[in-house]
Amino acid sequence: MPTTLSNNVLALLPEYILTIVGVLIMLGEPLLPAGRTRKPLGWLAILGAIAATGVSFWQLHLGVMNAFSDSIRVDAYSIFFQVVIGAVVVISLLASLDYFEGNSSHAGEYYALVCFGAVGMMLMSCSTELLMVFIGLEISSISTYIMAGFRKGQGTATESSLKYFLLGSFATAFFLYGIALTFGATGSTNINVVAAALPHTNSPVLAVLAIAMIIIGIGFKVSAAPFHVWTPDVYQGAPPPVVGLMSTAPKAAAFAVLLRILYSGYAIDQPRWQILMAILSVLSMCIGNFGALMQRDVKRMLAYSSIAHAGYLIAAFTALPADGIAAAAFYSASYAAMNVGAFIVITLVSGYSERVRTGDDYTGLAQEHPVLGAAFSFFLLSMIGIPFTAGFFGKFYVFTAVMHSGHVKLALIGLVNSGIGCYYYLRLITRIYSTANATKSSSSADFELAAETDPALIAAPLNFPMPAVSLRIPAYVALAAAALATLALGIAPNGVLRMAQSAAIATTPANAANQITPISPSSTLR
Amino acid sequence: MVPIYYYLVLAAILFCIGIGSFLIKRNIITVFMSIELMLNAVNLTFVAFAHAHDNVHGQIFVFFVMVVAAAEAAVGLAIIIAIFRTRQTLDVDSMNLMKN
Repeated sequence: MPTTLSNNVLALLPEYILTIVGVLIMLGEPLLPAGRTRKPLGWLAILGAIAATGVSFWQLHLGVMNAFSDSIRVDAYSIFFQVVIGAVVVISLLASLDYFEGNSSHAGEYYALVCFGAVGMMLMSCSTELLMVFIGLEISSISTYIMAGFRKGQGTATESSLKYFLLGSFATAFFLYGIALTFGATGSTNINVVAAALPHTNSPVLAVLAIAMIIIGIGFKVSAAPFHVWTPDVYQGAPPPVVGLMSTAPKAAAFAVLLRILYSGYAIDQPRWQILMAILSVLSMCIGNFGALMQRDVKRMLAYSSIAHAGYLIAAFTALPADGIAAAAFYSASYAAMNVGAFIVITLVSGYSERVRTGDDYTGLAQEHPVLGAAFSFFLLSMIGIPFTAGFFGKFYVFTAVMHSGHVKLALIGLVNSGIGCYYYLRLITRIYSTANATKSSSSADFELAAETDPALIAAPLNFPMPAVSLRIPAYVALAAAALATLALGIAPNGVLRMAQSAAIATTPANAANQITPISPSSTLR
Repeated sequence: MVPIYYYLVLAAILFCIGIGSFLIKRNIITVFMSIELMLNAVNLTFVAFAHAHDNVHGQIFVFFVMVVAAAEAAVGLAIIIAIFRTRQTLDVDSMNLMKN
């Protein structure tokens, strides 16, 4: 299809919609009087995100579109990730509609930042030009740095924002160096041209270094061990609706980029990067699960659990192209559904000042708020991977794909790790359903430190702060949507899996299946 | 003429100095500056390769990197000011509110 103006507009229509909505919100924010509610801007953002997701889904009927001199490629693969990102953005916006209301004077900017962040993530998943990938990555990262520190007065929130910013930019430098070395090895930054030029490169060493640098850069973004150090602190300090968003959507986008760069750009070097990914996967699973065992803070525990989930997802990279990409895409969708849901519950339970923090504080949640308790338990069960939840099929497809390519040891390590993971998820569930209300003690060390910078925290009552019922409706709608998505992916995964498979076929080079021979299991894990 | 790999080695050294000072330095502003050094090392690599391949793409990339670095600096300095307001210090070691 030739690159025409209308083609360019059509290919990036979801991004255009979100950009325009974001700019409108930025313009509307200062026009509203200081005391006035910012909710209309929030609804505008939600409408924009729904429209963008819908348009992205509709693009499926237009076939493969190449736009902007082959730097954008809209196909089943990019649309799959864009729809996941769009859905996560809509759900998080619904959940945060009342969160910032009345607590900060600049809530409107938050909605605009979410829209801009979504633009960056969607750009990442549809670019085949590393320059566009870099710009998308930065648009999404810069917006999430700001969102992480949105509770300006609280020391923990600004600290979380700072850590995210410093380590995120550090990672970006690695990613950029990887792109520079790719350019040096092949003379191009277009993934398809890179793939074509790699077999004849004069400097294969540069190409290998480039892969390593790109994996380090993206590894930071998806919080894979050993590049995970920022994750617990950032997730603990950032506002819960923001964590729900930034632990799922940017990760899905980063995995989309990594899958595309590795499987279609660097397909020829697959044996080399597969070993790296296997090591990364084992480290992430073990560090994530063992780290989570020792956490008292619930958000911190979920941060370690998110490192472990990144490990399960990375395991899919060791599989054959078609299997691996489909399994990774499905896993990122199912992880998005359950993790966003869990953080909506935390948003509702802990409120703006977040007095409720540790696992002990969640004791008796099911008694006071049966719906929230049940929903939280459901999402935690899904993270364990209990059948009839999204997490089960996510893990099932990943480990099946890994076994198919012969990496039995990696799959076994993954299964053992899922077993270890049971312990800390179940511990939280038993606390939610236990009745002993007297054991509540919020005097953890981090709470005292956090209270030093924010005196309001001490004054906050030590029960579950709940706004009026009418104010909770959007958040409950979001919760229901996340729970339904988790349940649907666990009961009838076929539709989404078929989409993931067509996505995988769309991005695999036609001859990749013949080119690549599976490497022997012994060479992967010694 | 200076061979191309001189530039590449210089860029690699600059990049490593950036990593080193990112890990060693204790003032947030200095840590931030070391990230800028790493980005500039990448820029040098791009320009060197662009010259070697006789391909202007690498130089275009540098402009984008500079623009993005400027945007990042704006956000980063804002975050650093927010940190200073709440904590009255810019020492990385005192950024330890969150421990288990």
